[in-house]
Amino acid sequence: MTPLLQVEGIEKRYGARIGCAAVSFDLYPGEVMGIVGESGSGKSTLLNCLAGHLAPDAGKVVFDTRAEGPVDTVTMSEPERRMLSRTDWAFVHQHARDGLRMSVSAGANIGERLMAVGDRHYGSIRSRAIDWLDRVEIDESRVDDRPTSFSGGMQQRLQIARNLVTGPRLVFMDEPTGGLDVSVQARLLDLLRGLVREMGLSAIIVTHDLAVVRLLADRLMVMKDGRVVEAGLTDQVLDDPQHAYTQLLVSSVLQV
Amino acid sequence: MTRNMPIRNCWSPAFCRFEYLEKDEEMIELVDVSKSFTLHNQGSAVIPVMTGASLRVSRGECVALTGASGAGKSTLMRVIYGNYLASAGTVTVGGLNVTLAEPRQILALRRETLGYVSQFLRVVPRVPTLEVVAEPLLALGHDRQMALDRAAGLLARLNIPQRLWALSPTTFSGGEQQRVNIARGFAHDYPALLLDEPTASLDARNRETVLELIEEAKCRGAAIVGIFHDSEARQRVSDRDIDVSQFAPGLAQ
Amino acid sequence: MNEYNFAYLDEQTKRMIRRAILKGLAVPGYQVPFASREMPMPYGWGTGGVQVSAAILTPEDRFKVIDQGADDTTNAVSIRKFFEKTAGIATTEKTARASVIQTRHRIPEARLREDQIIVYQVPIPEPLRFLEPRETETRKMHSLEEYGMMHVKLYEDISQHGAISTAYAYPVKVSGRYVMDPSPIPKFDNPKLEMDAIQLFGAGREQRIYAVPPHTRIVSLDFEDYTFEATKAEHSCDLCGAGDSYLDEVIMDDAGNRMFVCSDTDYCRSRRSAGHVGRLGEESAA
Repeated sequence: MTPLLQVEGIEKRYGARIGCAAVSFDLYPGEVMGIVGESGSGKSTLLNCLAGHLAPDAGKVVFDTRAEGPVDTVTMSEPERRMLSRTDWAFVHQHARDGLRMSVSAGANIGERLMAVGDRHYGSIRSRAIDWLDRVEIDESRVDDRPTSFSGGMQQRLQIARNLVTGPRLVFMDEPTGGLDVSVQARLLDLLRGLVREMGLSAIIVTHDLAVVRLLADRLMVMKDGRVVEAGLTDQVLDDPQHAYTQLLVSSVLQV
Repeated sequence: MTRNMPIRNCWSPAFCRFEYLEKDEEMIELVDVSKSFTLHNQGSAVIPVMTGASLRVSRGECVALTGASGAGKSTLMRVIYGNYLASAGTVTVGGLNVTLAEPRQILALRRETLGYVSQFLRVVPRVPTLEVVAEPLLALGHDRQMALDRAAGLLARLNIPQRLWALSPTTFSGGEQQRVNIARGFAHDYPALLLDEPTASLDARNRETVLELIEEAKCRGAAIVGIFHDSEARQRVSDRDIDVSQFAPGLAQ
Repeated sequence: MNEYNFAYLDEQTKRMIRRAILKGLAVPGYQVPFASREMPMPYGWGTGGVQVSAAILTPEDRFKVIDQGADDTTNAVSIRKFFEKTAGIATTEKTARASVIQTRHRIPEARLREDQIIVYQVPIPEPLRFLEPRETETRKMHSLEEYGMMHVKLYEDISQHGAISTAYAYPVKVSGRYVMDPSPIPKFDNPKLEMDAIQLFGAGREQRIYAVPPHTRIVSLDFEDYTFEATKAEHSCDLCGAGDSYLDEVIMDDAGNRMFVCSDTDYCRSRRSAGHVGRLGEESAA
């Protein structure tokens, strides 16, 4: 089986300071990988390098494209990369406001990606938007409302619908449950799990919440000071951590 | 395509699928496995917990792990499941070398081959019980209705009242959670099963059901490693007892 | 004698603007930045159009200015007078006789010819601005042809009003490449954007010039199931009886009586002088 994503030696520097360095891994279709680490550990820098939001100083991010097979997205032309991020890739921001258009309706937010790839039939765009509202548990009657009138949890679900409507194969998530109430988080996690399974999505989730990765991620990468200190099966890394930092991280979690 | 998956594969040995299998085919094999923990943040203390553990479990065989509390029964089980990394030695399950496998290979193994009924139920809050039980089947890509039907059959058999099926098991009593956990563990006909105290905190009737489930699993050819404090239960389902005290580091030296 | 340089602007500035115009013509629909000058009139009064006109006018030109189709409104009159004074050129109210026509919010009804130039006054040149406030981002969207957002706006129209309610400044795709704001002309005029004359667009405050060469293909954006329609009031002109011209609605009294008249005053006048009469044409002539 060809990996969906092959990451080789990704490095990003901010002057003399290391954002992230020497990060390599393969992600296979259907795999969900978590990246944990404290603030400043480089996990968000890494995610942004992978998703094409930041240009890495070294390394490859090889994605198995539908048309041409594995292609390095770092050296790919910008139009190609942007096309990829509208079709096969999705990016769920921590703050829904960063991932939504707050001045247009929920339906238009979902429909945008469809229209961006050339869908020109209003009726079909709208019915797909309504279908996706339903899938993320937002009432159909809200289709013409702006996200400004939505709760935080609804905005986040709308952002997910907007991202998944084009049937991407790889989803990048940056603290997708951050800033939400615990009860809202649980519902979102369940929704994400279901969608990941139904759509066979691969996902890379950055978070500092170990409970989130335990529930969502198959694999885990632990980062410290821009480098990966430990990687493996999620429950193995959390239950039998090998690296000093991981042991500290796991033992620091407050038990409920 | 959905596979035909009856809840009960056999009522009597005459219907046993085991008959069609090679009798001595090994499902689980441990060769000279040791496990120690290094506590980096506590002066890098190395705590050896197991050494020289070897074990073979064939299809249709149930092996019970015995030994005093703290002797390493759960540790051994976790090593087989890939939850703990073996420090040395080889663990092979269903032909896969667990000690060397990639995460995705272990995940596939857990999805298709190796089931685990732990003592604790770990689920996403708010997911209905029926879904929790059906999930292993859905993860295998089975038809949703078939998966839910099978989950319902198991829950009914384990006497979880139907009115609770739509609720999350996180709010259930300990015994109910245990039975949901068992239902989930038996939803898919795993060729290999790890059972950690499956009959603890169950009443006589439910205990009987669980023992029947174990017998049926054996009957269809599942290789089982179990921990049973309930010695009657152990005697009934276990073909062989292994005292894990023999793998205690102190003794091996 | 006047003490102004011909057409007010200095020659260097006119050259700079002409370069922008040529670039605009070479890349139809692309917004060319230019160093917009202070003009002796406020922004919003056509400073972009005036600078473009100043750069292209020659002493032999005959100049026409319309505002909402009319030659006789304050804005049109003052711009016409401005060039009469600073360039000393001939002016006209007749579309057919003009060599350069500066316009705000309309395209004349009479078909323009290859030897004519029409200059549009543009308030907001960026068609994506409504949805994307960042200039850096809209430029990138143009360069990468990421125009899904334009349809987002049309989608919003339909979902809120049951039809594409955008009635003016209706976005078009130029020559299969750039999406362009045709300035706030009514969408009735959109089909006329495919014409024989040169079309120049000037936005003074926003410092942008863009252009459409003759015979360029212009497509108004729409959906398969909600197609573009060039709509107008369902009436004929009450003065000249024309059924094919864009109409202004005029309230006549407190009783709510109203009339519809051609917004293109020259068109209406020439029809009436040719003997066409509308519903109220007799009494108004009387």
